[in-house]
Amino acid sequence: MTLLTKINNSTMNSRYYQALIDVIEGFKLWRLAFSLGWFDIKLRYKGSALGPLWITSTSAAMIATMGIIYSSLFKMDLHEYLPFIALSTVLWQHGISTTLSDGCQCFLQANDTIHSIKLPFFLQALRTITRNAIILSFNLVIPAIVFYVFNIHPGWNALLSIPGFALWLVDGLAICLLLGCICARYRDIPQIINSFIQVIFYVTPIIWLPSQLKHHITYLVYNPLYPIIDVVRAPLLGQTLDLRVWAYAIGYSIIIWIAAGYVFIRARGRLAFWI
Amino acid sequence: MNEFNPASFIKLEHLSIDFPLFQLESRSLKKALFSKAGKIISGQQKQHQRTGAEIATTGNNDIVIQALRDINLSIQSGERVGLIGHNGAGKSTLLRAITGIYEPNSGHISSRGSIEALLSTNAGMNPLLSGRENIYLRGKRMGLSNKQIQTLEKDVEEFAELNEFMELPIKIYSSGMTMRLGFGLSTSVIPNILLMDEWFMAGDSNFQEKAKKRLVSIVNKAEIVVLTTHSLPILKEWCNRIIWLKAGQIIADGPTEEILNEYKHTMETDSLS
Repeated sequence: MTLLTKINNSTMNSRYYQALIDVIEGFKLWRLAFSLGWFDIKLRYKGSALGPLWITSTSAAMIATMGIIYSSLFKMDLHEYLPFIALSTVLWQHGISTTLSDGCQCFLQANDTIHSIKLPFFLQALRTITRNAIILSFNLVIPAIVFYVFNIHPGWNALLSIPGFALWLVDGLAICLLLGCICARYRDIPQIINSFIQVIFYVTPIIWLPSQLKHHITYLVYNPLYPIIDVVRAPLLGQTLDLRVWAYAIGYSIIIWIAAGYVFIRARGRLAFWI
Repeated sequence: MNEFNPASFIKLEHLSIDFPLFQLESRSLKKALFSKAGKIISGQQKQHQRTGAEIATTGNNDIVIQALRDINLSIQSGERVGLIGHNGAGKSTLLRAITGIYEPNSGHISSRGSIEALLSTNAGMNPLLSGRENIYLRGKRMGLSNKQIQTLEKDVEEFAELNEFMELPIKIYSSGMTMRLGFGLSTSVIPNILLMDEWFMAGDSNFQEKAKKRLVSIVNKAEIVVLTTHSLPILKEWCNRIIWLKAGQIIADGPTEEILNEYKHTMETDSLS
Protein backbone atom coordinates (compact mmCIF):
# COMPACT_ATOMS: atom_id res chain seq x y z
CA MET A 1 0.00 0.00 0.00
CA THR A 2 2.74 2.42 0.95
CA LEU A 3 4.67 1.34 -2.10
CA LEU A 4 1.61 2.03 -4.23
CA THR A 5 1.15 5.53 -2.88
CA LYS A 6 4.84 6.13 -3.28
CA ILE A 7 4.66 5.06 -6.89
CA ASN A 8 1.55 7.16 -7.34
CA ASN A 9 3.16 10.29 -6.03
CA SER A 10 6.40 10.02 -7.91
CA THR A 11 4.97 8.74 -11.16
CA MET A 12 1.83 10.82 -11.49
CA ASN A 13 3.73 13.67 -13.05
CA SER A 14 6.54 11.71 -14.65
CA ARG A 15 6.74 11.81 -18.40
CA TYR A 16 6.67 8.01 -18.62
CA TYR A 17 3.35 7.92 -16.89
CA GLN A 18 2.02 10.81 -18.97
CA ALA A 19 3.05 9.10 -22.19
CA LEU A 20 1.39 5.87 -21.10
CA ILE A 21 -1.81 7.73 -20.22
CA ASP A 22 -1.68 9.43 -23.62
CA VAL A 23 -1.58 6.07 -25.40
CA ILE A 24 -4.36 4.59 -23.26
CA GLU A 25 -6.59 7.63 -23.71
CA GLY A 26 -5.84 7.51 -27.43
CA PHE A 27 -7.00 3.90 -27.66
CA LYS A 28 -10.17 4.78 -25.78
CA LEU A 29 -10.97 7.25 -28.55
CA TRP A 30 -10.58 4.64 -31.31
CA ARG A 31 -14.01 5.44 -32.66
CA LEU A 32 -12.99 9.05 -33.15
CA ALA A 33 -9.68 7.97 -34.73
CA PHE A 34 -11.59 5.75 -37.13
CA SER A 35 -13.98 8.54 -38.08
CA LEU A 36 -11.11 10.99 -38.55
CA GLY A 37 -9.24 8.53 -40.73
CA TRP A 38 -12.33 7.85 -42.79
CA PHE A 39 -13.05 11.56 -43.26
CA ASP A 40 -9.42 12.05 -44.33
CA ILE A 41 -9.97 9.58 -47.14
CA LYS A 42 -13.30 11.13 -48.08
CA LEU A 43 -11.73 14.58 -48.26
CA ARG A 44 -8.75 13.42 -50.24
CA TYR A 45 -10.92 12.14 -53.05
CA LYS A 46 -13.74 14.63 -52.83
CA GLY A 47 -14.44 16.14 -56.21
CA SER A 48 -12.63 13.44 -58.17
CA ALA A 49 -14.81 11.37 -60.45
CA LEU A 50 -13.21 8.04 -59.58
CA GLY A 51 -12.88 8.68 -55.85
CA PRO A 52 -10.50 6.33 -54.04
CA LEU A 53 -10.45 4.27 -57.23
CA TRP A 54 -8.30 6.96 -58.73
CA ILE A 55 -5.20 5.98 -56.82
CA THR A 56 -5.99 2.31 -57.32
CA SER A 57 -6.08 2.77 -61.08
CA THR A 58 -2.78 4.65 -61.00
CA SER A 59 -1.13 1.79 -59.15
CA ALA A 60 -2.70 -0.70 -61.55
CA ALA A 61 -1.25 1.16 -64.54
CA MET A 62 2.14 1.32 -62.87
CA ILE A 63 2.14 -2.37 -62.03
CA ALA A 64 1.15 -3.32 -65.57
CA THR A 65 3.94 -1.30 -67.17
CA MET A 66 6.56 -2.31 -64.62
CA GLY A 67 5.49 -5.91 -64.87
CA ILE A 68 6.04 -5.97 -68.63
CA ILE A 69 9.32 -4.04 -68.61
CA TYR A 70 10.99 -5.81 -65.72
CA SER A 71 9.85 -9.29 -66.68
CA SER A 72 11.69 -8.81 -69.98
CA LEU A 73 14.67 -7.13 -68.28
CA PHE A 74 14.95 -9.96 -65.76
CA LYS A 75 14.05 -12.51 -68.48
CA MET A 76 11.24 -13.87 -66.35
CA ASP A 77 7.92 -15.37 -67.20
CA LEU A 78 5.19 -12.75 -66.91
CA HIS A 79 2.97 -15.44 -65.42
CA GLU A 80 5.42 -15.78 -62.57
CA TYR A 81 6.54 -12.17 -62.28
CA LEU A 82 3.35 -10.12 -62.56
CA PRO A 83 1.58 -11.54 -59.47
CA PHE A 84 4.76 -10.95 -57.46
CA ILE A 85 5.23 -7.36 -58.53
CA ALA A 86 1.52 -6.58 -58.18
CA LEU A 87 1.51 -7.65 -54.56
CA SER A 88 4.94 -6.22 -53.79
CA THR A 89 4.25 -2.80 -55.24
CA VAL A 90 0.92 -2.40 -53.48
CA LEU A 91 2.36 -3.50 -50.13
CA TRP A 92 5.30 -1.19 -50.58
CA GLN A 93 3.49 1.85 -51.90
CA HIS A 94 0.37 1.82 -49.77
CA GLY A 95 1.83 0.01 -46.80
CA ILE A 96 5.41 0.87 -46.03
CA SER A 97 6.09 3.97 -48.11
CA THR A 98 2.91 5.88 -47.12
CA THR A 99 3.34 4.95 -43.48
CA LEU A 100 6.85 6.40 -43.48
CA SER A 101 5.89 9.63 -45.24
CA ASP A 102 2.51 10.09 -43.47
CA GLY A 103 4.14 9.29 -40.14
CA CYS A 104 6.21 12.44 -40.59
CA GLN A 105 3.08 14.55 -40.99
CA CYS A 106 1.20 12.76 -38.21
CA PHE A 107 1.28 15.66 -35.72
CA LEU A 108 2.10 18.49 -38.09
CA GLN A 109 -1.10 18.08 -40.07
CA ALA A 110 -3.18 18.18 -36.88
CA ASN A 111 -1.63 21.39 -35.53
CA ASP A 112 -4.92 23.26 -35.57
CA THR A 113 -6.66 20.66 -33.43
CA ILE A 114 -3.71 20.23 -31.12
CA HIS A 115 -3.64 23.96 -30.38
CA SER A 116 -7.32 24.26 -29.65
CA ILE A 117 -8.33 21.12 -27.77
CA LYS A 118 -6.62 18.77 -25.38
CA LEU A 119 -6.58 15.37 -27.04
CA PRO A 120 -4.17 12.47 -26.70
CA PHE A 121 -1.39 12.71 -29.28
CA PHE A 122 -1.64 8.99 -29.84
CA LEU A 123 -5.05 9.63 -31.40
CA GLN A 124 -3.28 11.21 -34.39
CA ALA A 125 -1.14 8.09 -34.83
CA LEU A 126 -4.24 5.91 -34.71
CA ARG A 127 -5.94 8.15 -37.24
CA THR A 128 -3.00 7.98 -39.66
CA ILE A 129 -2.74 4.21 -39.41
CA THR A 130 -6.50 3.70 -39.77
CA ARG A 131 -6.47 5.84 -42.90
CA ASN A 132 -3.53 3.98 -44.41
CA ALA A 133 -4.91 0.56 -43.50
CA ILE A 134 -8.16 1.39 -45.29
CA ILE A 135 -6.35 2.67 -48.38
CA LEU A 136 -4.09 -0.39 -48.40
CA SER A 137 -7.07 -2.73 -48.26
CA PHE A 138 -8.68 -0.91 -51.22
CA ASN A 139 -5.54 -1.39 -53.22
CA LEU A 140 -5.10 -5.05 -52.39
CA VAL A 141 -7.84 -5.49 -54.97
CA ILE A 142 -5.18 -5.13 -57.69
CA PRO A 143 -3.07 -8.15 -56.71
CA ALA A 144 -6.30 -10.03 -55.99
CA ILE A 145 -7.43 -9.45 -59.59
CA VAL A 146 -3.99 -10.38 -60.97
CA PHE A 147 -4.00 -13.59 -58.89
CA TYR A 148 -7.45 -14.41 -60.20
CA VAL A 149 -6.51 -13.75 -63.83
CA PHE A 150 -3.35 -15.86 -63.56
CA ASN A 151 -5.24 -18.50 -61.64
CA ILE A 152 -3.01 -18.47 -58.58
CA HIS A 153 -4.33 -19.69 -55.24
CA PRO A 154 -2.18 -19.06 -52.20
CA GLY A 155 -4.53 -21.35 -50.28
CA TRP A 156 -4.94 -21.42 -46.52
CA ASN A 157 -1.35 -20.37 -46.28
CA ALA A 158 -2.55 -16.80 -46.98
CA LEU A 159 -4.06 -16.67 -43.50
CA LEU A 160 -0.53 -16.63 -42.13
CA SER A 161 -0.25 -13.07 -43.41
CA ILE A 162 -2.73 -11.96 -40.73
CA PRO A 163 -0.15 -11.91 -37.92
CA GLY A 164 2.09 -10.11 -40.40
CA PHE A 165 -0.52 -7.41 -40.91
CA ALA A 166 -0.97 -7.19 -37.14
CA LEU A 167 2.76 -6.56 -36.79
CA TRP A 168 2.47 -3.86 -39.45
CA LEU A 169 -0.28 -2.10 -37.50
CA VAL A 170 1.78 -1.99 -34.31
CA ASP A 171 4.94 -0.97 -36.16
CA GLY A 172 2.99 1.67 -38.07
CA LEU A 173 1.75 3.26 -34.84
CA ALA A 174 5.29 3.28 -33.48
CA ILE A 175 6.61 4.84 -36.70
CA CYS A 176 3.98 7.58 -36.46
CA LEU A 177 5.03 8.42 -32.91
CA LEU A 178 8.73 8.26 -33.77
CA LEU A 179 8.76 10.20 -37.04
CA GLY A 180 5.86 12.43 -36.01
CA CYS A 181 7.82 13.74 -33.02
CA ILE A 182 11.14 14.08 -34.83
CA CYS A 183 9.57 15.82 -37.84
CA ALA A 184 7.69 18.23 -35.60
CA ARG A 185 11.00 19.31 -34.13
CA TYR A 186 13.26 19.20 -37.19
CA ARG A 187 11.50 20.36 -40.30
CA ASP A 188 14.06 19.02 -42.75
CA ILE A 189 13.52 15.39 -41.73
CA PRO A 190 10.49 14.71 -44.00
CA GLN A 191 12.62 15.45 -47.08
CA ILE A 192 15.36 13.17 -45.77
CA ILE A 193 12.81 10.41 -45.17
CA ASN A 194 11.40 10.83 -48.66
CA SER A 195 14.80 10.46 -50.30
CA PHE A 196 15.47 7.53 -48.02
CA ILE A 197 12.25 5.87 -49.22
CA GLN A 198 13.41 6.23 -52.83
CA VAL A 199 16.77 4.63 -52.12
CA ILE A 200 15.47 1.81 -49.97
CA PHE A 201 12.91 0.96 -52.67
CA TYR A 202 15.74 -0.25 -54.88
CA VAL A 203 17.72 -2.12 -52.26
CA THR A 204 14.67 -3.98 -50.96
CA PRO A 205 13.28 -6.84 -53.00
CA ILE A 206 10.16 -5.07 -54.28
CA ILE A 207 10.62 -5.19 -58.04
CA TRP A 208 13.23 -7.91 -57.93
CA LEU A 209 12.91 -11.31 -56.30
CA PRO A 210 15.01 -12.22 -53.24
CA SER A 211 16.18 -15.35 -55.06
CA GLN A 212 17.81 -13.20 -57.76
CA LEU A 213 20.49 -12.24 -55.25
CA LYS A 214 21.72 -15.87 -55.41
CA HIS A 215 24.43 -16.45 -52.80
CA HIS A 216 24.18 -12.88 -51.45
CA ILE A 217 20.68 -13.67 -50.18
CA THR A 218 21.96 -14.23 -46.64
CA TYR A 219 22.77 -10.53 -46.35
CA LEU A 220 19.23 -9.55 -47.21
CA VAL A 221 17.95 -9.84 -43.63
CA TYR A 222 20.18 -6.93 -42.65
CA ASN A 223 17.79 -4.68 -44.54
CA PRO A 224 15.04 -4.25 -41.91
CA LEU A 225 12.39 -3.73 -44.54
CA TYR A 226 12.94 -7.13 -46.14
CA PRO A 227 11.75 -9.29 -43.22
CA ILE A 228 9.05 -6.75 -42.39
CA ILE A 229 7.59 -6.85 -45.89
CA ASP A 230 8.06 -10.60 -46.22
CA VAL A 231 6.02 -11.57 -43.16
CA VAL A 232 3.01 -10.28 -45.08
CA ARG A 233 4.06 -11.00 -48.64
CA ALA A 234 5.44 -14.53 -48.46
CA PRO A 235 2.26 -16.17 -47.12
CA LEU A 236 0.14 -14.36 -49.71
CA LEU A 237 2.44 -15.66 -52.47
CA GLY A 238 1.88 -19.14 -51.12
CA GLN A 239 5.43 -19.54 -49.81
CA THR A 240 6.10 -21.39 -46.61
CA LEU A 241 6.66 -19.49 -43.43
CA ASP A 242 10.31 -18.84 -42.73
CA LEU A 243 10.78 -18.55 -38.98
CA ARG A 244 14.11 -16.82 -39.40
CA VAL A 245 12.43 -14.02 -41.35
CA TRP A 246 9.82 -13.69 -38.61
CA ALA A 247 12.51 -13.57 -35.94
CA TYR A 248 14.25 -10.72 -37.76
CA ALA A 249 10.96 -8.92 -38.34
CA ILE A 250 10.14 -9.05 -34.63
CA GLY A 251 13.66 -8.04 -33.71
CA TYR A 252 13.58 -4.96 -35.93
CA SER A 253 10.09 -4.14 -34.69
CA ILE A 254 11.27 -4.19 -31.09
CA ILE A 255 14.01 -1.72 -32.02
CA ILE A 256 11.40 0.53 -33.65
CA TRP A 257 9.13 0.31 -30.58
CA ILE A 258 11.94 1.15 -28.18
CA ALA A 259 13.03 4.11 -30.30
CA ALA A 260 9.44 5.30 -30.63
CA GLY A 261 8.83 4.97 -26.90
CA TYR A 262 12.03 6.81 -26.04
CA VAL A 263 11.33 9.68 -28.42
CA PHE A 264 7.63 9.96 -27.60
CA ILE A 265 8.20 9.97 -23.85
CA ARG A 266 10.70 12.77 -24.21
CA ALA A 267 8.91 14.80 -26.87
CA ARG A 268 5.24 14.49 -25.93
CA GLY A 269 5.10 17.41 -23.52
CA ARG A 270 6.86 19.70 -26.00
CA LEU A 271 4.92 18.75 -29.12
CA ALA A 272 2.31 21.49 -28.74
CA PHE A 273 5.11 24.07 -28.75
CA TRP A 274 6.89 22.60 -31.73
CA ILE A 275 4.14 22.37 -34.28
CA MET B 1 -22.07 20.03 -5.40
CA ASN B 2 -22.46 16.95 -3.27
CA GLU B 3 -20.11 14.55 -1.61
CA PHE B 4 -20.00 12.26 -4.64
CA ASN B 5 -18.95 15.13 -6.80
CA PRO B 6 -16.18 17.02 -5.06
CA ALA B 7 -15.72 20.69 -5.76
CA SER B 8 -13.71 21.68 -8.80
CA PHE B 9 -10.51 23.59 -8.44
CA ILE B 10 -7.52 24.81 -10.42
CA LYS B 11 -4.14 25.06 -8.80
CA LEU B 12 -0.98 26.38 -10.40
CA GLU B 13 2.32 26.19 -8.57
CA HIS B 14 5.42 27.97 -9.83
CA LEU B 15 4.16 27.58 -13.37
CA SER B 16 6.51 28.71 -16.12
CA ILE B 17 6.03 28.29 -19.83
CA ASP B 18 8.61 29.07 -22.49
CA PHE B 19 7.91 29.12 -26.19
CA PRO B 20 10.82 27.94 -28.28
CA LEU B 21 11.37 30.10 -31.33
CA PHE B 22 12.77 27.62 -33.81
CA GLN B 23 11.89 29.81 -36.73
CA LEU B 24 14.75 32.07 -35.82
CA GLU B 25 17.36 29.39 -35.56
CA SER B 26 18.05 25.72 -34.96
CA ARG B 27 14.88 24.52 -36.66
CA SER B 28 16.65 22.04 -38.88
CA LEU B 29 18.62 19.00 -37.89
CA LYS B 30 21.60 20.31 -39.85
CA LYS B 31 21.72 23.47 -37.76
CA ALA B 32 21.24 21.57 -34.53
CA LEU B 33 24.12 19.25 -35.34
CA PHE B 34 26.39 22.05 -36.43
CA SER B 35 25.64 24.13 -33.38
CA LYS B 36 26.47 21.17 -31.18
CA ALA B 37 29.69 20.53 -33.08
CA GLY B 38 30.59 24.20 -32.84
CA LYS B 39 30.05 24.09 -29.11
CA ILE B 40 32.33 21.11 -28.71
CA ILE B 41 35.04 22.77 -30.80
CA SER B 42 34.92 26.11 -29.08
CA GLY B 43 34.51 24.31 -25.76
CA GLN B 44 32.19 26.84 -24.26
CA GLN B 45 28.50 27.45 -24.00
CA LYS B 46 26.86 30.55 -25.21
CA GLN B 47 26.25 32.94 -22.41
CA HIS B 48 22.78 32.96 -20.99
CA GLN B 49 21.70 36.33 -22.16
CA ARG B 50 18.48 38.19 -21.75
CA THR B 51 17.24 40.66 -24.25
CA GLY B 52 14.41 42.66 -22.83
CA ALA B 53 12.01 41.09 -20.43
CA GLU B 54 10.71 38.02 -22.15
CA ILE B 55 13.10 36.78 -24.80
CA ALA B 56 15.94 34.63 -23.59
CA THR B 57 18.50 32.17 -24.86
CA THR B 58 18.70 28.86 -23.05
CA GLY B 59 21.76 26.71 -22.52
CA ASN B 60 20.85 24.72 -25.65
CA ASN B 61 21.09 27.82 -27.78
CA ASP B 62 17.32 27.89 -28.28
CA ILE B 63 15.72 31.30 -28.28
CA VAL B 64 12.61 31.23 -26.15
CA ILE B 65 9.82 33.57 -25.23
CA GLN B 66 8.96 33.35 -21.58
CA ALA B 67 5.20 33.46 -21.87
CA LEU B 68 4.50 32.73 -18.20
CA ARG B 69 6.90 33.09 -15.32
CA ASP B 70 6.46 31.56 -11.91
CA ILE B 71 2.69 31.78 -11.70
CA ASN B 72 1.13 30.75 -8.41
CA LEU B 73 -2.59 30.66 -8.46
CA SER B 74 -5.46 28.83 -6.86
CA ILE B 75 -9.02 29.09 -8.12
CA GLN B 76 -11.83 27.55 -6.10
CA SER B 77 -15.32 26.48 -7.00
CA GLY B 78 -17.69 29.42 -7.35
CA GLU B 79 -15.11 31.85 -8.61
CA ARG B 80 -15.59 33.77 -11.84
CA VAL B 81 -12.16 34.95 -12.82
CA GLY B 82 -11.37 37.59 -15.40
CA LEU B 83 -7.89 37.79 -16.88
CA ILE B 84 -6.73 41.21 -17.98
CA GLY B 85 -3.53 42.55 -19.41
CA HIS B 86 -1.98 43.69 -22.67
CA ASN B 87 -1.84 41.56 -25.76
CA GLY B 88 0.97 39.11 -25.22
CA ALA B 89 0.75 39.29 -21.44
CA GLY B 90 0.14 35.55 -21.32
CA LYS B 91 -3.65 35.38 -20.92
CA SER B 92 -4.32 32.90 -23.71
CA THR B 93 -1.25 30.88 -22.81
CA LEU B 94 -2.52 30.61 -19.25
CA LEU B 95 -5.89 29.33 -20.49
CA ARG B 96 -4.18 26.80 -22.76
CA ALA B 97 -1.97 25.68 -19.88
CA ILE B 98 -5.01 25.08 -17.66
CA THR B 99 -6.65 23.12 -20.49
CA GLY B 100 -3.55 20.97 -20.74
CA ILE B 101 -2.58 21.92 -24.28
CA TYR B 102 0.68 23.50 -23.19
CA GLU B 103 2.58 21.55 -20.62
CA PRO B 104 4.69 23.62 -18.25
CA ASN B 105 8.47 23.78 -18.45
CA SER B 106 8.53 23.91 -14.70
CA GLY B 107 5.95 23.93 -11.95
CA HIS B 108 2.69 22.04 -11.57
CA ILE B 109 -0.84 22.36 -12.78
CA SER B 110 -3.54 20.42 -11.02
CA SER B 111 -7.25 20.64 -11.52
CA ARG B 112 -10.39 18.69 -10.78
CA GLY B 113 -13.54 18.75 -12.85
CA SER B 114 -14.35 18.53 -16.54
CA ILE B 115 -12.87 21.35 -18.57
CA GLU B 116 -14.35 22.92 -21.66
CA ALA B 117 -12.35 25.62 -23.38
CA LEU B 118 -13.65 28.12 -25.90
CA LEU B 119 -10.31 29.15 -27.24
CA SER B 120 -10.95 29.87 -30.90
CA THR B 121 -14.01 30.11 -33.09
CA ASN B 122 -13.18 27.08 -35.12
CA ALA B 123 -12.08 25.10 -32.04
CA GLY B 124 -10.45 22.28 -33.93
CA MET B 125 -13.10 21.98 -36.59
CA ASN B 126 -12.00 20.74 -39.98
CA PRO B 127 -12.75 23.49 -42.52
CA LEU B 128 -13.10 21.00 -45.36
CA LEU B 129 -15.80 18.95 -43.68
CA SER B 130 -19.45 19.92 -43.51
CA GLY B 131 -21.12 21.33 -40.43
CA ARG B 132 -22.87 18.03 -39.82
CA GLU B 133 -19.64 16.04 -40.11
CA ASN B 134 -17.89 18.37 -37.70
CA ILE B 135 -20.69 17.99 -35.18
CA TYR B 136 -20.43 14.24 -35.60
CA LEU B 137 -16.68 14.32 -34.94
CA ARG B 138 -17.16 16.48 -31.88
CA GLY B 139 -19.71 14.01 -30.58
CA LYS B 140 -17.30 11.13 -31.13
CA ARG B 141 -14.59 13.10 -29.36
CA MET B 142 -16.83 13.51 -26.35
CA GLY B 143 -17.52 9.79 -26.48
CA LEU B 144 -21.24 10.15 -27.21
CA SER B 145 -23.40 7.39 -28.60
CA ASN B 146 -24.97 7.84 -32.03
CA LYS B 147 -28.27 8.71 -30.41
CA GLN B 148 -26.66 11.38 -28.24
CA ILE B 149 -24.89 12.73 -31.32
CA GLN B 150 -28.30 13.16 -32.98
CA THR B 151 -29.49 15.21 -30.02
CA LEU B 152 -26.32 17.26 -30.15
CA GLU B 153 -26.80 17.80 -33.86
CA LYS B 154 -30.34 19.04 -33.37
CA ASP B 155 -29.35 21.35 -30.54
CA VAL B 156 -26.44 22.90 -32.41
CA GLU B 157 -28.32 23.07 -35.71
CA GLU B 158 -31.10 25.01 -34.03
CA PHE B 159 -28.73 27.41 -32.33
CA ALA B 160 -26.44 28.02 -35.29
CA GLU B 161 -29.28 28.45 -37.83
CA LEU B 162 -27.26 26.81 -40.54
CA ASN B 163 -30.21 25.27 -42.41
CA GLU B 164 -29.05 23.93 -45.77
CA PHE B 165 -25.45 24.94 -45.01
CA MET B 166 -25.26 21.99 -42.60
CA GLU B 167 -24.25 19.77 -45.52
CA LEU B 168 -21.66 22.15 -46.97
CA PRO B 169 -18.01 22.45 -45.99
CA ILE B 170 -17.27 24.98 -43.26
CA LYS B 171 -14.71 26.82 -45.35
CA ILE B 172 -17.47 28.41 -47.43
CA TYR B 173 -19.37 29.60 -44.33
CA SER B 174 -19.43 33.26 -43.47
CA SER B 175 -17.42 34.12 -40.38
CA GLY B 176 -20.69 34.61 -38.50
CA MET B 177 -21.87 31.12 -39.39
CA THR B 178 -18.57 29.54 -38.36
CA MET B 179 -18.72 31.42 -35.10
CA ARG B 180 -22.29 30.31 -34.40
CA LEU B 181 -21.40 26.71 -35.15
CA GLY B 182 -18.24 26.79 -33.05
CA PHE B 183 -19.98 28.54 -30.23
CA GLY B 184 -22.99 26.24 -30.36
CA LEU B 185 -20.74 23.18 -30.26
CA SER B 186 -18.53 24.38 -27.44
CA THR B 187 -21.50 25.37 -25.34
CA SER B 188 -23.51 22.22 -25.90
CA VAL B 189 -22.22 20.57 -22.74
CA ILE B 190 -21.99 22.07 -19.30
CA PRO B 191 -18.48 21.66 -17.93
CA ASN B 192 -17.29 22.06 -14.34
CA ILE B 193 -14.63 24.47 -15.48
CA LEU B 194 -15.28 26.82 -18.36
CA LEU B 195 -12.40 28.69 -19.99
CA MET B 196 -13.17 31.39 -22.53
CA ASP B 197 -10.99 33.50 -24.76
CA GLU B 198 -12.34 36.84 -25.85
CA TRP B 199 -13.57 35.92 -29.32
CA PHE B 200 -16.90 34.84 -27.89
CA MET B 201 -17.97 38.43 -27.57
CA ALA B 202 -17.43 39.26 -31.23
CA GLY B 203 -20.13 38.87 -33.84
CA ASP B 204 -23.20 40.92 -34.71
CA SER B 205 -25.58 42.13 -32.07
CA ASN B 206 -28.20 39.55 -32.96
CA PHE B 207 -25.69 36.77 -32.37
CA GLN B 208 -24.40 38.38 -29.21
CA GLU B 209 -27.84 38.47 -27.69
CA LYS B 210 -28.46 34.83 -28.54
CA ALA B 211 -24.99 33.80 -27.49
CA LYS B 212 -25.28 35.62 -24.23
CA LYS B 213 -28.45 33.81 -23.28
CA ARG B 214 -26.81 30.47 -23.93
CA LEU B 215 -23.59 31.48 -22.26
CA VAL B 216 -25.29 32.83 -19.15
CA SER B 217 -27.02 29.54 -18.55
CA ILE B 218 -23.69 27.71 -18.82
CA VAL B 219 -21.70 30.22 -16.84
CA ASN B 220 -24.26 29.97 -14.08
CA LYS B 221 -24.05 26.20 -13.99
CA ALA B 222 -20.27 25.88 -14.27
CA GLU B 223 -18.39 25.86 -11.00
CA ILE B 224 -15.42 27.82 -12.25
CA VAL B 225 -15.27 30.30 -15.08
CA VAL B 226 -12.06 31.88 -16.33
CA LEU B 227 -12.36 34.38 -19.15
CA THR B 228 -10.13 36.84 -20.92
CA THR B 229 -11.50 40.02 -22.43
CA HIS B 230 -10.62 43.65 -22.91
CA SER B 231 -14.19 44.67 -22.24
CA LEU B 232 -14.47 46.17 -18.76
CA PRO B 233 -18.29 46.03 -18.68
CA ILE B 234 -18.19 42.27 -19.25
CA LEU B 235 -15.63 41.81 -16.51
CA LYS B 236 -17.73 43.90 -14.15
CA GLU B 237 -20.88 42.00 -14.96
CA TRP B 238 -19.50 38.46 -14.87
CA CYS B 239 -16.46 38.28 -12.70
CA ASN B 240 -15.94 38.34 -8.97
CA ARG B 241 -12.18 38.15 -9.20
CA ILE B 242 -9.71 39.78 -11.55
CA ILE B 243 -6.16 38.66 -12.27
CA TRP B 244 -3.93 41.16 -13.99
CA LEU B 245 -1.07 39.73 -16.05
CA LYS B 246 1.90 41.62 -17.31
CA ALA B 247 4.80 40.09 -19.23
CA GLY B 248 3.90 36.62 -18.02
CA GLN B 249 3.56 37.47 -14.37
CA ILE B 250 0.66 38.24 -12.08
CA ILE B 251 0.90 41.84 -10.99
CA ALA B 252 -2.47 42.11 -9.27
CA ASP B 253 -5.12 39.69 -8.09
CA GLY B 254 -8.25 40.55 -6.14
CA PRO B 255 -11.92 41.55 -6.19
CA THR B 256 -13.25 42.93 -9.45
CA GLU B 257 -13.96 46.49 -8.39
CA GLU B 258 -10.61 47.05 -6.73
CA ILE B 259 -8.40 45.67 -9.50
CA LEU B 260 -10.38 47.26 -12.30
CA ASN B 261 -10.03 50.68 -10.71
CA GLU B 262 -6.32 50.17 -10.39
CA TYR B 263 -6.17 48.94 -14.00
CA LYS B 264 -8.13 51.89 -15.31
CA HIS B 265 -5.96 54.25 -13.35
CA THR B 266 -2.76 52.76 -14.81
CA MET B 267 -4.19 52.83 -18.31
CA GLU B 268 -5.03 56.50 -17.95
CA THR B 269 -1.66 57.50 -16.62
CA ASP B 270 -0.03 55.38 -19.32
CA SER B 271 -1.90 57.15 -22.08
CA LEU B 272 -1.11 60.55 -20.55
CA SER B 273 2.59 60.08 -20.31
